[in-house]
Amino acid sequence: MAAAESSESDEDDLVSYGTALQPLPEGERLKKPVPLQEQTVKDAKGRYQRFHGAFTGGFSAGYFNTVGTKEGWAPSTFVSSRQKRADRTVLGPEDFMDEEDLSEFGIAPKSITTTDDFASKAKDRIKEKARQIAGVVAAIPGTTAFDDLIGPSKITIGVELLRKMGWKEGQGIGPRVKRKPRRQKPDPAVKIYGCALPPGLSEGSEDEEDEYQPENVTFAPKDIMPVDLTPKENIHGLGYKGLDPSQALFGASGREHLNLFTGDSEDTSNLIGDLRPSKGRKLGITGQAFGVGALEEEDDDIYATDTLSKYDTVLKDEEPGDGFYGWTAPKQYKAKKWSEGEVKYTGRILDGFSLASKSSTPSKIYPPPPLPRNYRPVHYFRPVIADGNENCHLQKVLEESTGKLDSDMRQQSRHALNASQRREQLGETGLKGPAPSVLEYLSEKDRERLKKVKQASEQKMKAKIIPQEPQNSRCHSASLDGASHKWLKFLGPQLANAGSSDFKPFAKNPEKQKRYEFFLKSLKQGEEADTLEQYLDPNTTEWEQEREQEEFFRAATFYKSSNSALSSRFTRAKYEDDIDKVEVPRDQENDIDDKETAVKMKMFGKLTRDKFEWHPEKLLCRRFNVPDPYPESSIVGLPKVKRDKYSVFNFLTVPEPTTSVTQATNEKVQQSNSLNKPKKPSRWDVSDKEKEKKDSISEFISLARSKADAQQQQPPVPATEEGRTGLSESLPAEAANEDKNQEEESKPSMDLFKAIFANSSDEKSSSSEEESEEEEQPATSVVDSETTKQVDPPGSSSSNVQENVVAATDPSVPLLPTSKQELDATEEFGPKLPPAFSSGCTWQQEPEVPASFPGPSKREKKRKNRQKHKTKREHKHKKEKKKKHRKQKNKGNHKNKKSEKDSSSDTADSSDNLCDTDTTGLSAEELLRRLKQLQY
Amino acid sequence: MAFPQPRPSRPELPRQRVQTLECGQGAVRAVRFNADGNYCLTCGSDKTLKLWNPHKGTALRSYQGHGYEVLDAAGSFDNSQLCSCGADKTVALWDVATGKVLRKYRGHAGKVNCVQFNEEATIIVSGSIDSTVRCWDCRSRRPDPVQVLDEAKDGVSSVKLSNHEILSGSVDGHVRRYDLRAGQLYSDYVGSPITSVCFSKDGQCTLAASLDSTLRLLDKDTGELLGEYKGHRSTTYRLDCVLSERDAHVGCASEDGYVYFWDLVEGSLALSLLVGRGVVQSLCFHPTLPCLLAATEGQVQLWREDSFQAQGDTGT
Repeated sequence: MAAAESSESDEDDLVSYGTALQPLPEGERLKKPVPLQEQTVKDAKGRYQRFHGAFTGGFSAGYFNTVGTKEGWAPSTFVSSRQKRADRTVLGPEDFMDEEDLSEFGIAPKSITTTDDFASKAKDRIKEKARQIAGVVAAIPGTTAFDDLIGPSKITIGVELLRKMGWKEGQGIGPRVKRKPRRQKPDPAVKIYGCALPPGLSEGSEDEEDEYQPENVTFAPKDIMPVDLTPKENIHGLGYKGLDPSQALFGASGREHLNLFTGDSEDTSNLIGDLRPSKGRKLGITGQAFGVGALEEEDDDIYATDTLSKYDTVLKDEEPGDGFYGWTAPKQYKAKKWSEGEVKYTGRILDGFSLASKSSTPSKIYPPPPLPRNYRPVHYFRPVIADGNENCHLQKVLEESTGKLDSDMRQQSRHALNASQRREQLGETGLKGPAPSVLEYLSEKDRERLKKVKQASEQKMKAKIIPQEPQNSRCHSASLDGASHKWLKFLGPQLANAGSSDFKPFAKNPEKQKRYEFFLKSLKQGEEADTLEQYLDPNTTEWEQEREQEEFFRAATFYKSSNSALSSRFTRAKYEDDIDKVEVPRDQENDIDDKETAVKMKMFGKLTRDKFEWHPEKLLCRRFNVPDPYPESSIVGLPKVKRDKYSVFNFLTVPEPTTSVTQATNEKVQQSNSLNKPKKPSRWDVSDKEKEKKDSISEFISLARSKADAQQQQPPVPATEEGRTGLSESLPAEAANEDKNQEEESKPSMDLFKAIFANSSDEKSSSSEEESEEEEQPATSVVDSETTKQVDPPGSSSSNVQENVVAATDPSVPLLPTSKQELDATEEFGPKLPPAFSSGCTWQQEPEVPASFPGPSKREKKRKNRQKHKTKREHKHKKEKKKKHRKQKNKGNHKNKKSEKDSSSDTADSSDNLCDTDTTGLSAEELLRRLKQLQY
Repeated sequence: MAFPQPRPSRPELPRQRVQTLECGQGAVRAVRFNADGNYCLTCGSDKTLKLWNPHKGTALRSYQGHGYEVLDAAGSFDNSQLCSCGADKTVALWDVATGKVLRKYRGHAGKVNCVQFNEEATIIVSGSIDSTVRCWDCRSRRPDPVQVLDEAKDGVSSVKLSNHEILSGSVDGHVRRYDLRAGQLYSDYVGSPITSVCFSKDGQCTLAASLDSTLRLLDKDTGELLGEYKGHRSTTYRLDCVLSERDAHVGCASEDGYVYFWDLVEGSLALSLLVGRGVVQSLCFHPTLPCLLAATEGQVQLWREDSFQAQGDTGT
């Protein structure tokens, strides 16, 4: 219900699109799904969608096969007006087409498509493959795609010229002849008697027949079929040609139409071609067996019978001059027919041209070059491989596969050159970067060593002589040990360059930079790490020195001059993406100490104020009805920058610890390196952690106790041996640390320092207060605890302890929280909630007495004296005892719980809550005190 | 001829107790007026939130749903919704009429000390001891906060909103003001853990109460100290400070059972009201009338000015 309401309120600011679905009526069943035959598709005009129009192979009945209306086609062109007569419109085929036919996939697409003239002709497989590979490898991928778009025109210039000269496709080339277009077929009915006429006479008879023709009619010469020299590569019969549809339909340019009776001889082709001169060049496949093609222009001949007249019925002597007599081999050109003097022009001569008086010399024919012996007529395309390091391997493999891994070839190849080789060839001066050889980075000694090793290995290879280990290297490595030496070893070859450069990692801190340079110099000279330390800041602690040394080493490694010519071309990134960097807010707050003094002097204003650029979330601005102050930025919150994690600047906020203590922390840090560092050094940290462990009380107690003990043992001023061990033993949980390598770098948490320094005297006083109380007022405390038992449910025991403490402290003493330490103690956990007293029924003590107030100073002195006499062993002993006590106590409480449960649920409830919350906000010491109170 | 303006009446202070509400919900952690001051909310340590008419002394409704004690609450401008926060680390959005939890926002890592609606009740801003201020969206259903303001180094004890600012007081001694319009964060150091902050009604000043028993009035723009008010005791607990309805007086609860009022300009102690023997846990000043709600122990008291005549005259 509640959710529904809120969702309604949510809908107020949502924009909804479309129409909402009808709410389902109650009790009504869902509709049946639509059967398949009723699932129809309609187009934009509400007509049923035809997936094939009438022109594109589909046919669907119904009114939608008409012009698209139910009423059918209405003549829209009729205009009955005297002024404006209806124009006689010429209807084109488009007028009878649906718009589907005019669409992209129709038969008459209106959009621009690649026509056949420009269509890519490269259709064969190998070329395609080559093109693909080239397209991938090419500098601009996909450039070959233009080949598809731009293609040459199909009509060559020669054809064009010929056309201008009057040539038509299908005709032969040459002067028009004035003769019979075809040889008269010998009429079977005419009988020739007597001997056959001599050839000359028969020619004459031809001439006679010429007379029947009009005088001025000339004929184009017959086209000549060039001899087809393509080898036979199929398994069809000799002379068989498959039906090539492209030829049959469109590509009939250079030929006569395709006939099934393939022209074995010139005569037969003549024969058929001349049989139907009127029909001209007929396109398409003709013949009875095939009917009429859908795209054939003429269909007058479909029912023509195949008459016998088309066939040779008589075996007679072949054409004179043929000389082949039935042999169907490709015929020779009959050069004799075209005598030398005859000109070979077609019709008219183009303007500006004249007939050549001399025929051009026949072009010389060059024989094809002889094939190499090992030539294999199979070609594989290989990708063009750019020269480079990555490609080197691939190239090699490829070359191996071709079987020509030839170094000479590589040298000669333009692409195999690298930049420096090319530079040498071009005579350019080299770049003034560091020399590209690795050897240059090595010191003399190292080079020597390398040489030796190389020699040794060579010798070993050749003669299996045991290589002599380079003595000096062994000595060298033997002398190296320790953490800094490993750095030394690591850095050795690079140090030569490190100092000379202008690489200044600590430019912000000139003093440190100076130290770093000294450090490097000495490192280069091969000094030992111990002497190196003298360059470190003597004012800092050992721990810091160690850290700084590490930092210097790190910086030295960081400057690894890259050993290529590239290094002069590039600069180092300003901010390295590195684990050594942390994101910190760009604007740092001012020094808190400055502010503190300002506050003390009551100089509020600029001194106490920090101003940051802050980016609110866009949604937040919208919700507040405020324009986004930074509309372009994608940052949310404070702008952050990356800073060096290990820079000293990040440690400026840490108070200066003394040497011995830092050592102690180091030890401790090393011991407990499994715990994570808290996110922020907050005063709540301790309590938070305790909260986590609230479930296991015993653990919690031991932690708190050990902590308090440690703080007790910790004398206020410099740490003694005892204090150190105590610390390292007792504070495992609190430590902030990271992994082993970086444990020195990790920033010790504020809590640690506080625990060690700030509160020590305070803790001691408060805890020893109990001790004094133990002895001073044993009777009262026992009574108190007894009353507690009766009143409290066990879970709330700790909360009631607080009251007990309150009761135990002398109420008559005026309690003024003026001492600084006391303030610190309360500060550590922030302002507490006021004590909850349920409706005044358990209200007995003075409410305003906080639990942690210390007694008067007189007592404190006493306690201090006592403290001195205490030994560590006693403490331990006590601890154990307390633990036992505690356990027993718990049991007793359990019993009490049952008896108490039904007494007053309300009070129990409230105090229960109180207990829970109070534990969360309590310090460890306080809890400990309470526990102690519980026992006595 | 124009009549002179009638002389404004002297600002009055609540001096007489007219109502005492026995809340019966354990310790009253916070008491808050609603937007118009006719009703109030009490946050109990028994996990309940109660709605009262403090002027008549009637309890209207109890809202249950928190897992631990409720630490702060606020009402929306249209009185249709409530928000509350508690030690169970959650912030809850309530429907006033049905008493149901509309939304629970989880994400704080610790007790949530304070909560506020923005002007249009579209955003809830909460501050927690996990040192973050989180802005929760009431409109959409997203479970995570719109923005987390984690600049505080320590727990956030108090949060207040103006129409374009978020003011937070933290235990690290800083008063931070996030200005959404200008895109700036102003951080003023006070030096002592802040327990409570408020805007003045004119929006020019901020008032910060801290654990060094001092109230400080700071100029909002420059951060300069305009006034300092001492005399009460606030060293341990998170206590509220208030400004009176006309910004004439500054008030603060105290650990000694009194509520102190100072003249804002002069800084002199104007009034101290004895509320009870215990700590005065929470204070709330009426938005328009000289009327004060003070919570101590398990009860809430309503204080009015001297001239006020209670209808039933039931106040003792």
